[in-house]
Amino acid sequence: MLLERRVGWITGASRGIGKAAALEAARQGAELLLLARSEEGLRQTAAEIESTGGAPTRLIVCDVSNDVALKAAFKEVQQHTKKLDFLVNNAGILRDALIGMIGSAQISEVLQTNLVSIIQIMQFAARLMMNQKSGSIVNIASIIGRSGNEGQVVYGASKAGVIGATKSAARELAPYGIRVNAVAPGVIATNMIANIPEQKMHSLLQSIKMGRPGKPEEVAKVICMLASDYTSYVTGQVVGVDGGMWL
Amino acid sequence: MSESEIKLRQAFAAGLNLPEQEVNESLQYASTPGWDSVAHMALIASLDSTFDIMMDTDDVIDLSSYAKAREILNKYGIQF
Repeated sequence: MLLERRVGWITGASRGIGKAAALEAARQGAELLLLARSEEGLRQTAAEIESTGGAPTRLIVCDVSNDVALKAAFKEVQQHTKKLDFLVNNAGILRDALIGMIGSAQISEVLQTNLVSIIQIMQFAARLMMNQKSGSIVNIASIIGRSGNEGQVVYGASKAGVIGATKSAARELAPYGIRVNAVAPGVIATNMIANIPEQKMHSLLQSIKMGRPGKPEEVAKVICMLASDYTSYVTGQVVGVDGGMWL
Repeated sequence: MSESEIKLRQAFAAGLNLPEQEVNESLQYASTPGWDSVAHMALIASLDSTFDIMMDTDDVIDLSSYAKAREILNKYGIQF
């Protein structure tokens, strides 16, 4: 198994790509700490992991955009484990608006959740990983951070920021044996795309060379590969999981 | 020398990759060879782990010398 007895922390693990990553990592033998805002969602993820024979999970209910709550979460992780083999930095939100309709509160909310917290969580994880001189951080970016999209100025900026942060952290942390990579999903069949109008969805599908949206499980497999030693000489990379949408 | 002082020396030695005998009061961020911004993170990781604490970001930034480390650790209930 790719992640046997590896200790991993996955944020945004109650649904979508984060949940799929948790299920796949558990299938690959990992022992997991799972974080999300929704306690019910976390419990469902944990129940699915346990029902398939995965190791017991530690659940942390936290809104990553709340500094105080995030610090408490760090303390909980630190008290629970002295070892952290991988981090999947996935928690994020989507708030679409055209450029003339973006309020400052919305800008702050999206950047705080999608970028600032990602950096703060990386800082914390790196502190744990430095002691063991190894570790893998997988940040979840987006194809929108590479190509942009109408109505997604702030979201695109946050995800482009994740890519920049990933590359910079990879340079700083490589001497400590810590790898930092990003995954840039394209159109993935999760709740996040459920509200896309039919016509827009049709046009999106036409731009995907493989002609279909991806599945969260397909992203999860790439995340687990990057978290594992299968990619032990890979750092600072952005891996697109987009069916050929961005070529 | 108190037990905390010994642990502090060991944490600095491990974090900055220095021989323990070279750890002393004169160590300063950016002027001690090897104590750069990246090594600083390793030092913080070493202090966190040695004293079983989690330093706040403001303290991480403030920790600019060996003496300052002692002062900051006091805030976390570490007595010297």
